Amino acid sequence: MSPASDITRGPARGITRATLLKDLRLEWRSKDAINSMLFFSLLVVVVFSFSFDPVAEESRHIAGGLIWVAFLFASVVALNQTWARELRNQVLDAYRVSPAPANSLFLAKAIGNFIFVSVLEVLMTPLFIAFYRLRALGPAWQLLVVGVLGTWALVVNGTFFAAMSIRTRSREIMLPLLLFPISIPAILAMVQATTAILTDENSARFWIVLLVTYDLVFTTSCLLLFETVLNAE
Amino acid sequence: MKRAFPVLSILTAILLSYALYQALVVAPTEQTMGDVQRIFYYHVPSAWTAFFLFFINFVASIQYLARANSKTDRLASYLAVGIGVVVFAAAFFIPLPEGMRPSAVGTTGLLATGLYLLVRSLFSQADTDVLALVTAEVGVAFCLIVLVTGPIWARPVWGIWWAPGDIRLTSTLVLWLIYVSYLVLRRFSASGQTPILAAALAVLGALCVPFVYLSIWFFRTQHPQPVMGGSGSIDPRMMHALLINWLAFMCFAFLVCWSRYRLEKLRREVDEVHALESLKDVSRSAR
Repeated sequence: MSPASDITRGPARGITRATLLKDLRLEWRSKDAINSMLFFSLLVVVVFSFSFDPVAEESRHIAGGLIWVAFLFASVVALNQTWARELRNQVLDAYRVSPAPANSLFLAKAIGNFIFVSVLEVLMTPLFIAFYRLRALGPAWQLLVVGVLGTWALVVNGTFFAAMSIRTRSREIMLPLLLFPISIPAILAMVQATTAILTDENSARFWIVLLVTYDLVFTTSCLLLFETVLNAE
Repeated sequence: MKRAFPVLSILTAILLSYALYQALVVAPTEQTMGDVQRIFYYHVPSAWTAFFLFFINFVASIQYLARANSKTDRLASYLAVGIGVVVFAAAFFIPLPEGMRPSAVGTTGLLATGLYLLVRSLFSQADTDVLALVTAEVGVAFCLIVLVTGPIWARPVWGIWWAPGDIRLTSTLVLWLIYVSYLVLRRFSASGQTPILAAALAVLGALCVPFVYLSIWFFRTQHPQPVMGGSGSIDPRMMHALLINWLAFMCFAFLVCWSRYRLEKLRREVDEVHALESLKDVSRSAR
């Protein structure tokens, strides 16, 4: 199926799909983002395990923080590449002048980043379990919910702020400066929920509800503001 | 307007010294904490002023984005009025957390709407960007005063400099971080795009505040209960000193914002003239 026929069927969804597939194919062939993310978080796991060397009981309390900090820093690598790719050959400018809805482009990029970071998490979680001898005492299926919600919270804001930081002078450094302060409540919720599930000392329900609301509010506002930011000149 | 500036400066100077006298001499010494408590007359007014300035920044940023076309502008104005009315009505019908008075919550909602409409009538769309920049800068400075005076007070009273996980401390810190990142963004983006990018960040940052508050609310808080609307009682002389200090700080903040506003407007005018001159040069050399 050619991308053109997708576009005629439904502009917004067609463009989202075409952009997403293009990004996935690019990543599949180059493996730039996923390799650097994987190596980076592997380093974090190893360095942390040397510096702490905790017993199983302690590691349950700190693992939530370690895992999410590692994923947060690693995801910045993928997020920085999101728009940098489109700067070559003025692809981003072409997007701006084309009648394609900006939000479908944003959604494609956010979903793409979500897939990259999820792959990273799936590959890294066994390592974390092995290095820190983790075993969830609470309901383990909730970890999946927290993982999906938390990852989306990171990438939806990350994709938005990456589009902002690409316009600034020191691109790569700007993204964490913008992303981290606003993500603090989400990070706190992810870490607390993970710790609550691993230790089974209290319920993770409050944090999951908080993450759901955070995701809803920020997805909506990013979609509302993205077109303005993309066309800012 | 220009003649009002020196008059207001003198008034503010008098007010600040009177407030200092009130805080250090007139207000009674606190029974358990002693003289350390007097830092409270700087800590609390700075916090109120900073939050007020951040709120203005939020209003100005929304207006900068919304007033780009008349449809969103009207929608935003209706929303602002609607939110004010709903908050006012809800304050009397919905049971509020203990210590919050319905009349206080209701008037706050109406005041917020009033502030929105006031900013809308006083500033043009291009000027709201200047207003947002100025309030963020001065707000960050006042917020820093709060974050510095807090630990100075906490060390002798609590025995620790900082209480991690405390709701007011942490949310103030996160708020400060958000607005510092806002100023960094303004500094590093290309001048033509700065207003839009910064306004978008300010709106997202302000949306983040309730989440920060909620997420930290889950921990136990060490901070003393709020003075206004809280259940704590306070000596009337202390309250007097506090309010005088707040008035003085607000006047001072207004004065700083005003001069910074004028400076920024001048800077933009100079930039425009420079751009125009260089355009003229280009066309002259082309001829």
